[in-house]
Amino acid sequence: MADHLLEVRNLSVRFHTTGGVVNAVNGISWHLDRGETLGILGESGSGKSVSAAAIMNLIDRPPGEITSGQILFDGQDLLQASEEERRRLNGKRISMIFQDPLSHLNPVYPVGWQIAETALAHGVAKAEAYARALDLIERVGIPDPKGAMRKYPHQFSGGQRQRLMIAMALVQKPDILIADEPTTALDVTVQADVLSLLEELQEETGMGLLLITHDLGVVAEACDRAVVMEGGRIVESGTPRGLYHNAQHPYTRKLLAAAPGRGEMREPESGRTPILQVRGLRKSYGGFEALKAVDFDLHAGETLAIVGESGSGKSTIARLILRLEEADAGSVKWKGEDVLTKSRRQMGGLRRQLQMVFQDPTQSLNPHMSVYDIISEAWVIHPDILPKAQWPTRVAELLEQVGLKPEHTQRYPHQFSGGQRQRIAIARALALEPDLIICDEAVSALDVSIQAQVIALLGELRDRLGIAFIFIAHDLPVVRDFADRVLVMQRGRVVEQGSVRQIFESPHEPYTQRLLAAGLDADPDVQAERRAARRQLARAIGQMADIVQ
Amino acid sequence: MGSSVLPTNTRPAMQARAGLRTVLRMLWADKLACAAAVFLLIVLLCAILGPLTLNELASGTNLRARNAPPFSLERGVFFILGGDALGRPLLARIIVAAQNTMAIAASAVIASLLVGATLGLIAGYAGRWLGEVIMRLADVIMSFPSLLLAVIVLYVLAPSIANLVLVLAITRVPIYLRTTRAEVLEVRERMFVQAATVMGASNRRIIFRHILPVILPTLLTIATLDFAFVMLAESALSFLGIGIQPPEITWGLMVSQGRQYLTNAWWLAFWPGLAIILTTMSLNLLSSWMRVALNPTQRWRLEVGGRKHG
Amino acid sequence: MKSMLGKRALSSFVSLFVLIVLVFFLSRLTGDPAALYLPVDASEEMRHNFREIHGLNDPLMVQFGRYMADLARLDFGDSLRKARPALDVVLEAFIWTLWLALVTMALVAVAAIVVGSIAAFHVGRPFDRFASVLSLIGASAPDFWVAIVGIVIFAVNLGWLPTSGTGTVWHWILPIAVLFIRPFGLILQVVRGAMITALGSAYVKTARAKGVRNRPIIFVHTLRNAMLPVITVIGDQAAALLNGAVVVETIFGFPGVGKLMIDSILQRDFNVILASIMVTAIAIFIMNILIDIAYALLDPRIRA
Repeated sequence: MADHLLEVRNLSVRFHTTGGVVNAVNGISWHLDRGETLGILGESGSGKSVSAAAIMNLIDRPPGEITSGQILFDGQDLLQASEEERRRLNGKRISMIFQDPLSHLNPVYPVGWQIAETALAHGVAKAEAYARALDLIERVGIPDPKGAMRKYPHQFSGGQRQRLMIAMALVQKPDILIADEPTTALDVTVQADVLSLLEELQEETGMGLLLITHDLGVVAEACDRAVVMEGGRIVESGTPRGLYHNAQHPYTRKLLAAAPGRGEMREPESGRTPILQVRGLRKSYGGFEALKAVDFDLHAGETLAIVGESGSGKSTIARLILRLEEADAGSVKWKGEDVLTKSRRQMGGLRRQLQMVFQDPTQSLNPHMSVYDIISEAWVIHPDILPKAQWPTRVAELLEQVGLKPEHTQRYPHQFSGGQRQRIAIARALALEPDLIICDEAVSALDVSIQAQVIALLGELRDRLGIAFIFIAHDLPVVRDFADRVLVMQRGRVVEQGSVRQIFESPHEPYTQRLLAAGLDADPDVQAERRAARRQLARAIGQMADIVQ
Repeated sequence: MGSSVLPTNTRPAMQARAGLRTVLRMLWADKLACAAAVFLLIVLLCAILGPLTLNELASGTNLRARNAPPFSLERGVFFILGGDALGRPLLARIIVAAQNTMAIAASAVIASLLVGATLGLIAGYAGRWLGEVIMRLADVIMSFPSLLLAVIVLYVLAPSIANLVLVLAITRVPIYLRTTRAEVLEVRERMFVQAATVMGASNRRIIFRHILPVILPTLLTIATLDFAFVMLAESALSFLGIGIQPPEITWGLMVSQGRQYLTNAWWLAFWPGLAIILTTMSLNLLSSWMRVALNPTQRWRLEVGGRKHG
Repeated sequence: MKSMLGKRALSSFVSLFVLIVLVFFLSRLTGDPAALYLPVDASEEMRHNFREIHGLNDPLMVQFGRYMADLARLDFGDSLRKARPALDVVLEAFIWTLWLALVTMALVAVAAIVVGSIAAFHVGRPFDRFASVLSLIGASAPDFWVAIVGIVIFAVNLGWLPTSGTGTVWHWILPIAVLFIRPFGLILQVVRGAMITALGSAYVKTARAKGVRNRPIIFVHTLRNAMLPVITVIGDQAAALLNGAVVVETIFGFPGVGKLMIDSILQRDFNVILASIMVTAIAIFIMNILIDIAYALLDPRIRA
């Protein structure tokens, strides 16, 4: 019954771990045809990557175990095939690319050889294999293809590395390409480029594309059909439009509701006094200018979002304000006093007013300290805030405030989930009763639904306690319903700033427009519009380049 | 942990007891490490109680028992491993010698750990210039021939256990110094250290509350391994005649003294050597167990019970 | 890479200079050579003359200045004990040690890499357990004891091998076997760990997804990556051997630099002590550079 090119039937996989047996996927079924794009949508731990690993024979047994099901490819059950038969299919008829191209490319071999190896492993002669590799490097848009063949992975940018991975996967013109979170670690504009490259290549070769993602926007942008996974089961499937407008399952609805950029936009209140004034802030690392004279103001109780792609210098601003690094030039006035010229001792008193929440709570919480110690450390350092006798009640209070149970005081950070850890980090910042909290990519490591919860928590704290926020993010939609004003940064400069409404509804600068057009929206219709806008913009930039030449 | 305050006063005692129980349970989960710990405990008991109870027996010569062969009970339990060249029971001598062997190694390890870790913290956290000087100093110590050092100390300061400890401690300082510095340089860049800086924590607090607890497991693991190494080094020096001097005894010296009777009484050198091997092996086993047990993110492997494989 | 080399040469030179100064003055604390080289009943005048001939009567600072001046002309002085240039004495011994170290480390590297890789591929299975026990025993055994037991068994009881000295190939077997054990245990552990890490890495997953066979995955993709930490440890162990395996050389009467060192220390032959320190320091410096080159060859990320 070879109805489909690839069909997964009733697949169940479990893993034997020290903590017991984990059912990674439970009786899932889906199918994929030539020329079609299927999305598998799920958050971390949903089992969305497991069926792909089973198809590619990448599940280590033990500890993994396939307990039931069939994987039919061209009518043949892969699970019954021999190791050698499956090896012959891998890379030749079914290929796969992964999330983090830097670690998935071998660091010690030139990329030309690594791409050619896909052909070499399937018996193609050496000269032919290298010729194909060169063709593909050119096709995926790497500059100077001949020179690139001899370069090593670390010599390319993140987006280029993912293009090289794609080239590597397509050497043997496979019938199916599996892409596991192919754009997650990339900048928004690069993500859009990579997705359109995949689409073009699919049109050229007619391959089936399986797109595994956590991002509703990716589904809306690129997929013909999608299945939604939760806890190892498929809870719902359908077209992106159908899923968006008529989601049946509560989990899908929850995901859709969590998609950022849906709510009311905030208007900045006028007539507030600035509490932080940054002027001419500069910083270089060696010859690289990370910040080139940045100016901005922050008002009391205001939320300022700083948005930019990697290398834009947005995190450097935070580190300079908090004196984690020393600025080269400029001034940072906090309530009239210049922070940058303070001595270490003077800085100590100021620090309790300025707090920070870091990107990765796994790393920003000391693994050797209990939650109680982590939060109460604030009062050890600044004993005048709270008498010792009140610490236990206050810790419990703070935990409740960030949505955790007060009984968790004696637990250690590794006993919590990622979202809970970020809540602990927020509680720690609150313990000092600061006037400003700087959130450096504080939600970007979290799942979408968790992200929404943490942002909601921050919004609530802001409204209740009147804290000002600087919210640093690489993603525009995230800041849309949280910030009052937005600062867009590119290559160490502020390219545009304004109220949220100005930035989102009438951006002036081309870079801001590109950022907005590159952002992926969960609504397939909005996404279709953006796609058109993006093409138009690309064409305009192309024409500009022609004129310049 | 001085400044951490627990919600109620009864907690520390309860926690200490619970902590000990957890440690024992984790030890039980790794059977080899458990056996190693038991063996080391026995050695420790011998080292503490041995000289008190067996000193006379171990030093009393008995010409009729000269080089008495092992595995015979007719002269008493302590001759089970045979007698030495002066007819002294080997088992008793090994038990008595445990004290010197352990005391020398332990003091050398503790001294070099304290000095090395302190210098390493300074080199890692202080300015570049001071750090560089300390590192060059470590280089010099590393390449200074330990044998020469031992001979100098032996000639200039007269042979004594304390001086031997001094020699061994000096030669091992660079190990701790380098490890500590490398770890400090890495840990001080971690996010939670920066988070503490942002809260306004003092240097002292950052070093002792945030950096030291992270590197302590590594240092203790190395110290355990190094205990074995120092034992071997001490025996090698004693073996070459520039370590411990008779009538004091250590296991290394016993091997050395037994060497001339190799052809007709192998057991003189064999048993003390075996004692050294078993002790160092136990220390190695315990150290690899510690590497897991002292790491809060790895500890669960032992806490979930004895089903850990691979 | 070149500037790194220069920096390393400079810091090594500074360390070596400080070391020479320390050894020069401290070694003289061990006593008067005249007391060793002349008969017990030698007159004070004879002793005075002996010291005069060897320049030992001058103030220490003068002796040191003279020594450094000679050193600048590459004159390392004469050996008291052998009455020949100290450098010749040291180089003769060093050649023996060099061969001993080379052969031992070559064997250790091959054995540890092969056994360690196989163990890593079979984690938790009998072969892996066996290799772990082997490396544990290896890392725990005192070399002098193993040497003695080896002599008793293979030389005395079985009579297969000579007890000590040099001359035939058979003389090399026991010393090499004894020196082999400890580095083998240590390096085996490192190889196994590095291979386990490399086999679990993401690029291995990619290779499998490309349809690459198992053998090239192990020997092309992972081994080269796993070699990086291994080379460092091999370097450390080789440096220890180049410093002279004192105990093993003494027990087997092997005329290497380790035995020369302990003999010249005990006999207050100061020039030989200093010369052997410098020769081994230079050898270790060269070896470290070779290791850096190997590193750069293996890992393109370092070459930049």
